[in-house]
Amino acid sequence: MATIHLPGALSGHAGGQRRVEVDGATVGKVLAALGQAHPGVGQRVLDDRGALRRHVNVFVNGESIRYLDGIETPVAGTDEVWILPAVSGGG
Amino acid sequence: MNEHIDVQAGEVLLTVGTMKGAWLFAGDPERGKWRWSGPHFRGEQVYAIRFDGRGGRHRLLAGTEHGHWGAVVRSSDDLGRSWSEPAEGNLRFPEGTDAALARVWQLQPAGDDQPGTVWAGVEPAALFRSEDGGETFELVRGLWDHPHRPRWEPGGGGLCLHTVLPDPADPERMWIAISTGGVYRTDDGGRSWQARNDGVRAVFLPDKYPEFGQCVHKIAPAGGRPDRLYLQNHWGLYRSDDGGDHWEDMANGVPSDFGFPMVTHPTDPDTAWIIPLDSDEFRCTPDGQARVYRTRDAGGSWEAQTAGLPERDAWLTVLRDGFASDGLDPAGLYFGTRTGQLFGSADEGESWQALAEWLPPVVCVKAAVVP
Repeated sequence: MATIHLPGALSGHAGGQRRVEVDGATVGKVLAALGQAHPGVGQRVLDDRGALRRHVNVFVNGESIRYLDGIETPVAGTDEVWILPAVSGGG
Repeated sequence: MNEHIDVQAGEVLLTVGTMKGAWLFAGDPERGKWRWSGPHFRGEQVYAIRFDGRGGRHRLLAGTEHGHWGAVVRSSDDLGRSWSEPAEGNLRFPEGTDAALARVWQLQPAGDDQPGTVWAGVEPAALFRSEDGGETFELVRGLWDHPHRPRWEPGGGGLCLHTVLPDPADPERMWIAISTGGVYRTDDGGRSWQARNDGVRAVFLPDKYPEFGQCVHKIAPAGGRPDRLYLQNHWGLYRSDDGGDHWEDMANGVPSDFGFPMVTHPTDPDTAWIIPLDSDEFRCTPDGQARVYRTRDAGGSWEAQTAGLPERDAWLTVLRDGFASDGLDPAGLYFGTRTGQLFGSADEGESWQALAEWLPPVVCVKAAVVP
């Protein structure tokens, strides 16, 4: 299972965990599985249509998925996935 | 920073939403002394926040929008000491709509005879209904499936359903307003909706008087006269005396008929207030003077109210939900600006005082008398 690193702001919606493990062959499937396991995280990362929110960035092994294949980026069981708030979304 | 305020029955509670959080102001019944708490929801945009005192509740409802994590409706039953944190989105577009909630623009409790019902107007333009006091919401399909909907267009603030007016005299009747789409009315509790824009101009369309598509900025119900409504348009001031079936121009003697809010007197159907702006291209108070305009003859004439407001070099902007009245006699008035000032009047606009001067951009001001 891939390891998902959550930002502190979302850990409260995952029982206080900063790291969770979920199954999924692509980023999209990993995020969907994450939303199933932790709905409060899921609805903050994905919008009502299941699309990644505009000001949320996802990295696989250190590289932004915007420069890979987006939510179709493959994820292997040993991969590290990071979810981070973008600099553009602050208030 | 103030953590908390308590309020007594009979006091006025102002709920102030800004682009970086919300503040609460409590005033004594004379509305001369104010205390406050905030920021609540630090850094979040709060376009809708209000008090709901129906059914014995003392509930605050807030539509909050986090820059990263999206929008949700939160509530507090202890005046902001603690807020609900819905684990899952409590206002979501259902599968098949291919839509995603962008912003909650309006939270509107129904009448006292429906104490659990709360309406929400959102972006993209849609109406939602809650039957549990604002904890969960469902899409109103009758409006979502309206054949006009694909032709509604976003205004400068996005495609938003920004106003919901339940008829206090008829629980089946309600008006909503959309920018841009115009005014729609239901007479059957939300199952079917009819465009109600006859006489309202759309300066930005080839057909200046279309059935729908107007950029209505705000509608407000006349106090004590259920068939009368007032309307501030994207250019134009209008009054309807027949529930929105027809609208008449009432821009008589105002420096500009462009503006956003429309506020009505709680009991006098002939009295309403506006805050004109220079133009759509220069959305500031005309001539650098902060002026509220009042009509006391249903739009036949308007008079400026300026005492206590800045009279020069004041380039203020007041948005559609930035101006409100309370239910007291004489009526209290309150408005907030995009530059962070909050002004209040305890005498129907005759005189004003600054309640706050350095808030973030104010996008919502609502006033309620605590029961």
